[in-house]
Amino acid sequence: MKAKTLKAGERIGPRQQHHWDWRAASNFIAGGAGGGLLAFAALASLAGIDVRALLLGGMALIGAGLTCVWFEIGKPWRALNVYRHLATSWMTREAAVAPLVFGCGALALLTGHSLFVLLTGVFGAAFVYAQARILSADKGIPAWRHPRCRPMLVATGFAEGAALVAVASPFVMTSAAGQLGVAAVTLGLLLVRVLAWRSYLAGLRADGAPEGSLRALAAVDGPFLKFGNLLAAALLLLAALGAPLAGLALIPAGLLAVGGGWLVKYTLVRRAAFTQGFALPHLPVRGRGPAGAAVKPGWGGAN
Amino acid sequence: MTRYVMAIDLRRCVGCQTCTAACKNANATPPGVQWRRVLDIESGEFPDVRRSFVPISCMHCDEPPCEEVCPTTATKKRADGLVTIDYDTCIGCANCVMACPYEARSIVHEAKFAYGDTPIKSEAVRFDAARISVSMKCTFCVDRIDEAARTGQVPGRDPDVTPACVNSCISGAMSFGDLDDPTSNVSRLLAETQSFRMHEELGTGPGVYYIWDKG
Repeated sequence: MKAKTLKAGERIGPRQQHHWDWRAASNFIAGGAGGGLLAFAALASLAGIDVRALLLGGMALIGAGLTCVWFEIGKPWRALNVYRHLATSWMTREAAVAPLVFGCGALALLTGHSLFVLLTGVFGAAFVYAQARILSADKGIPAWRHPRCRPMLVATGFAEGAALVAVASPFVMTSAAGQLGVAAVTLGLLLVRVLAWRSYLAGLRADGAPEGSLRALAAVDGPFLKFGNLLAAALLLLAALGAPLAGLALIPAGLLAVGGGWLVKYTLVRRAAFTQGFALPHLPVRGRGPAGAAVKPGWGGAN
Repeated sequence: MTRYVMAIDLRRCVGCQTCTAACKNANATPPGVQWRRVLDIESGEFPDVRRSFVPISCMHCDEPPCEEVCPTTATKKRADGLVTIDYDTCIGCANCVMACPYEARSIVHEAKFAYGDTPIKSEAVRFDAARISVSMKCTFCVDRIDEAARTGQVPGRDPDVTPACVNSCISGAMSFGDLDDPTSNVSRLLAETQSFRMHEELGTGPGVYYIWDKG
């Protein structure tokens, strides 16, 4: 095999992480959407809607995400060790919420009792929050630890949850008022998500981030805004205005909104996850003369 | 209390990578994995171009972000400041890899050796199957430091209980010892010089000090 040519500066600046692949990304993609779906299904249940299918969908998404991540870890048969650090680890806390989601969800499906439905929604929301905290606790990845990443991820998870309710609403709710409500809530959450996303990007640029992270996020900014939010919002408005076959517009609107969120999360976990890299606030003084300027290769933005 | 730290005099380091080789030999790290490596940084523009060599490894932080995120408690900080990994508890989730701002941690999923499938002698002696598919990193040669408690020797002063990289350094750029002991070589060295710690703004409190100028 031909030896890889070493370039000057290699392994000094930030590098794209390669330990978490699509399986880890899937946990954030499916788990976030599933948790959001459970939260908004619980809210929809307050309007007297039968949300059992939605609960099942939410749990399936969370289960799929966790299964993917189970295949990712190096020692899958030790997976129960994940419960050993509730004191500080958000990965432990995410794992601890999961049985509560499935337990309450199963009871909700079996009994239909509203208390269990609501609890499932609460634990679904907690799952979304725990996932956001997992990324923000990872100090080695500047794009994740930025303080605006966490609210952006939570907003994305909830927007996806509402969007999935929108996709299902033509099938699970017959009243036009109900569908109008779903469209309005989803529209509002898309707005929150866009604001959180733009605030996150602006914060990263202002505070400084690895150039690779900025490039990767900038690459999805346009498609995310146009298709995942604007087009989805237009379709939701169409549904809200009560045009002919308006209810059916909720389906593509929701799918586009969910797809946009998944694109952002995949990009964040895989493509934009560049490491901190190395920096020298002072170059070593050799002989006479002053130290050189500080060095921080591979960083863009203000920092 | 004891707080073991390393002081690296960047003015002395010549980038020979002897510490890298010593670490590989002492710890039998697989190909592609270096618990200790030396960055070669060229900076500035002609005619004011500078070249700096920066040895890096696990920083054995005061507030290790890897310990905080570890879901299994496999990563722990000891009372003497060393950050350790319990290979029998780690699940290889790589959360600590993401949390470490110093790229100090690695995970390999299959046994690899320097020259193909068969380990060379030093690798055969030191091969540890428990390190496959779990997180690993520089230990500050913890086995040697623990030996000091038994023999009464002093880490940083007596070579037998001092990290391999420090012992190997040809220019005397590396020092190791107890920061809480004012008479230790690292304490005296750091008192006499100007130093910084990498990415100190992140609040991790790294245990590796880089000396860049006289005091």
